[in-house]
Amino acid sequence: MKTTVNSKRPVNLDLSTIAFPLPALISITHRITGVALFVGVGLLLWGLDLSLASEESFNSLKECLDGVFAKLVLWAILSGLIFHLVAGIKHLGMDMGIGETLEGGRLGAKIVLVLSIVLIIAAGVWIW
Amino acid sequence: MVTNATSLGRNGLYDWLIQRASAVVLGVYFICVLGFFLCPGEATFADWHAYMTSTYMKVFTMIALISFMGHAWVGLWTVSTDYLTSLQLGKAGTTVRMIFQGGLALILLAYLFWGVQILWGVK
Ligand code: HEM
Repeated sequence: MKTTVNSKRPVNLDLSTIAFPLPALISITHRITGVALFVGVGLLLWGLDLSLASEESFNSLKECLDGVFAKLVLWAILSGLIFHLVAGIKHLGMDMGIGETLEGGRLGAKIVLVLSIVLIIAAGVWIW
Repeated sequence: MVTNATSLGRNGLYDWLIQRASAVVLGVYFICVLGFFLCPGEATFADWHAYMTSTYMKVFTMIALISFMGHAWVGLWTVSTDYLTSLQLGKAGTTVRMIFQGGLALILLAYLFWGVQILWGVK
């Protein structure tokens, strides 16, 4: 990699020495859910295939989703999607200049946390 | 300006825009698909099949898949240029990152053609 900035600047990337306030945790979770969704979309496509191929495969998918493990996987994917979506909307809002102050950032992070927990619980209730 | 041969939009501003535009498409798409299940009554094969294979949803699914490719590329490219660099991996950094990005591109293309096959192969 080409060094484009002054390489003598001190760099501290030792995460264990860095404090993680809530907005930082929301940010890293947004990143983790983004990476996870990349895999999740593959599973969703698989499900889409089964659900559309024929009535039999639709029913076997439905049966499969009666199992606890399959339900947990579906819930995990939906949870990742919900969190990434809610945090993503906050991100787009901040891009437009909404809640860009320190206080705004903290409040936004709290709203994302509460809203996504509520929606994730709702998704769980819906699945079970 | 720092340019990078593997960035999708050739510079950060375009990448940024691609990621925002695709995020909006994906957000609306998932709400439309999940919305189907939120309608009252049991989700039957006939209803679901009719909904997803309507021209409207087929086209929307394709747009969403292409948006997903752009979004995931820019997103995972960013992640790889943060964590898979010479800073963490020393000399191997660039090689590892290129292999990661190459694999990513292949998987994204596979998702796209799989999606085309699912939707256009269906009777
Ligand atoms: C469905 C599949 C999706 C996948 C695989 C995905 C994946 C990712 C990844 C890997 C990143 C990079 C994270 C980072 O650099 O920290 C990202 C960023 C982002 N995602 Fe998604 N995402 C998806 C859907 C969505 C949706 C529905 C939205 C709607 C709001 C969204 C909004 C965003 C935004 C705004 C960013 C930019 C964050 C930044 O610049 O730091 N994403 N996504």
